[in-house]
Amino acid sequence: MTDARRPILFTLGVFAVLALLPAVFALTGWTSGMGLATRIVIYAIAVVALDLIIGYGAMVSFGHAMFFGVGGYVVAIVAHHTGLGELPFGGTNAAFIVWPLAILACAALGLVVGWLALKTTGVQFIMITLAFAQMVFFLLISVQVYGGDDGMMIDRRNTLPFVDIGRPLIFYYLCLLLLAVWLGFCRMFVNSRFGLVLQALRQSERRAVNLGIAPLSFRLATFVTSAMGTGLAGVLWANYARFVSPDMAAWTKSGEFMAMVVLGGLGTLTGPIVGAAAFVGLEELLSMWTEHWMIVMGPLLVIVALFRRRGLVGSLLGGDRAH
Amino acid sequence: MIFFLEQLLNGLQYGAMLFMLASGLTLIFGIMGVINLTHGSFYMVGAYGAAVVTAATGSVVLGAVAALAGAALYGTAVEIAVVRRLYGRDHLYQVLATFGLILFSNEAMALLAGRQPRFLEIPPLLSGSVHLLPGLDYPVIRLAFIAVGAAVAIGLWLLVNHTRLGMLIRAGADDREMVDALGVDIRRLYTIVFALGAVLCGIAGVMAAPLLAVEIGMGERILIAGFVVIVVGGVGSVRGALAGALLIGLVDGLGRAYLPQIIQSLLPPSIADTLAAGLVSASIYVIMALVLLVRPLGLFPVRS
Amino acid sequence: MRTDPTTGPALEIEHLRKTFGALRATDDVSLTIERGELHAVIGPNGAGKSTLITQICGELRPDSGHIRLDGVDVTRVPAFGRARLGLGRSFQITQLCGDFTVLENVLLSLEAKGGGSFDVFRDPRRNRAHRDVAMHWLDTVGLADFADRQASALSHGERRQLEIAVALARDPRVLLLDEPMAGMGAEESGKLARLLAGLKGRYSILLVEHDMDAVFALADRISVLVYGRVVFTGTAAEVRENPEVKAAYLGDWEC
Repeated sequence: MTDARRPILFTLGVFAVLALLPAVFALTGWTSGMGLATRIVIYAIAVVALDLIIGYGAMVSFGHAMFFGVGGYVVAIVAHHTGLGELPFGGTNAAFIVWPLAILACAALGLVVGWLALKTTGVQFIMITLAFAQMVFFLLISVQVYGGDDGMMIDRRNTLPFVDIGRPLIFYYLCLLLLAVWLGFCRMFVNSRFGLVLQALRQSERRAVNLGIAPLSFRLATFVTSAMGTGLAGVLWANYARFVSPDMAAWTKSGEFMAMVVLGGLGTLTGPIVGAAAFVGLEELLSMWTEHWMIVMGPLLVIVALFRRRGLVGSLLGGDRAH
Repeated sequence: MIFFLEQLLNGLQYGAMLFMLASGLTLIFGIMGVINLTHGSFYMVGAYGAAVVTAATGSVVLGAVAALAGAALYGTAVEIAVVRRLYGRDHLYQVLATFGLILFSNEAMALLAGRQPRFLEIPPLLSGSVHLLPGLDYPVIRLAFIAVGAAVAIGLWLLVNHTRLGMLIRAGADDREMVDALGVDIRRLYTIVFALGAVLCGIAGVMAAPLLAVEIGMGERILIAGFVVIVVGGVGSVRGALAGALLIGLVDGLGRAYLPQIIQSLLPPSIADTLAAGLVSASIYVIMALVLLVRPLGLFPVRS
Repeated sequence: MRTDPTTGPALEIEHLRKTFGALRATDDVSLTIERGELHAVIGPNGAGKSTLITQICGELRPDSGHIRLDGVDVTRVPAFGRARLGLGRSFQITQLCGDFTVLENVLLSLEAKGGGSFDVFRDPRRNRAHRDVAMHWLDTVGLADFADRQASALSHGERRQLEIAVALARDPRVLLLDEPMAGMGAEESGKLARLLAGLKGRYSILLVEHDMDAVFALADRISVLVYGRVVFTGTAAEVRENPEVKAAYLGDWEC
């Protein structure tokens, strides 16, 4: 067993770095840094959610971007109709109404997709999640009222009482706070009585079933939880970019999420945060150098998949799963 | 009726193209147990090969040869460099590695050939239409593609069932150790099967080049459709790939023809047009979901 | 340990049949395991022992026949439902959670008894009552010192001991032991035989085992399975003397 305190210290270190980033940007005068950091933190929320089902539940979802997209679109759609004054009571721009609504929509979608997809396993599960994401993608493209494949702009961010999340710094710290809360919840989730059963199903479904576990309900509950977390990330993305488009639900986005999880360290929860930072940071760095940045990123992913199964920091965090 | 027949032929032609991709995908999964997302890149390489070489030399035959050779070479290189290390690994890592390869392939192709889409003229021999029935004139080239698809299906069937290579392929899918015991270099067998899959993609690429825009990212669109085909048909089964390709091809073809009409009769035209387009694109995924719900292992399940 | 005064047999199997194509894997099998009885099933390889076990635990549906657990017909109940009704089992090829510690494997058994919990807030490792129960059983099977070791790091024999602890921790009404001594050395299987002897009378046990010494020493009754059929049921002495059994085995287990 690894030193139990090491993952905690490492996680605290990651958050300390993330919390200090704005100060670093202010000192160095790197103005686009705030946007970069915000994107990292938002993606981190999505990939921690994805790690929950892949790393702990062995459910390899290749369609998680659908929840990212739906979360974002609910924000944009509510804003759209509110702007046109078409909603009862004049609509709303309040985050504490819109955001839970968006997350609930993702939960409902996750419930349906998960229930159907969990009738299969293995490669079929991977492909059916991809198929549902493609349905969502094409649906978003085809709904002209909401911009079709051009996507839609959002006039202003949702509002919270007391704080102005229209300001980049405050918005960044809000995202960071939500990441911390979400990570804490996921950590508790996997270490709980529920999590014990979930992880048992991953390691030996046969054993778990013969001990009295009905697998579907545990897996489905986890899938829905993960969908909600990814939906939250979509909500934040819509607020960050003030723009949503079907690309949020594209299959390449699902692939990128998956890459971030493995890049950081599967089954560690904290690792994927590092994975998101590495992926987004590298993308930024490479695209400064060449527009063909994917020619470097592609082989890099191959190398990680082939040779660093535990990701960048997985071995440090005692990540499980010895493949 | 004429309209229906025309759409049926369109569906058949799309199905033939899907089958070229799907048969390779399903063989690779059935025998090596690998989910290969790079498969669409071989198709792209084939299409570019055909378009670029034909434009440069003026010869369609040279273009087709270049396309198949390019796809075969790239396929072999990918197998040796990457896929070989993925046998027996968790699907997650196969997906990730071959996803990385897609990013690489697309970008490398953009560097080599530029981002401008290319178009290939239909060669004179295959241009024009045939008069099939009163009121039904159908393009020769599409008919030719249906014929090529049928020929490939028959050829594959002969290969798998009546050749030594086919015997090894069947044995390899059933029992790796037995093939080893026969003294066959299993690694070489795998490379050959992989290259065979790439060549089939190359054929599909050649067929696509005169019909579609040859562009970066064309591989992924058909790749995902190819996966739908093999999952519907039963992963690992060539027969299933054929059935799945025809089913998906027809659903797509007929959906494109009839879904817009149906939706237009139900909804105001301002929404109906784009919604119909989206629903047509989504229809094959709906079919896949439905099939999996009834038969989780596909229409022709392969015993594990 | 079982104190409830239910009467009647613990497990009844009636006219169970299962065919695969032309093969009659289970051919009209009827067995009764009385309360507190240790009932062994023996038979040559290919006799259908594994098929029988998988039907009893619910992983395989029989073509016809009935299975009753404590008088409740469970023929149509899925495997997890039978486990909740009190059927415990060990596996021939050990099925443990390799990433979990030894203790966590036993805690899982206790958590799963009622079907598992949707409690996402509490850590099961901090449940004192469960911990004590788990440690008691680890102590019983001789693994108390390994409680915090990862299960995948255990030796073959230790895994089998853990299998038993996992099955026992939930206080099963009927315990199915599928070749618990397979692949064990003489010393290890001797230890396990002593453990089983200690459980005798307190549990209703169905033991499928190849180790004939152990079976004859432990079993109250023995059923002999040949080609999917029960050819004889009786005490160890009766089985030894039965000509039909001898014929079926052709001296397979002269001991």
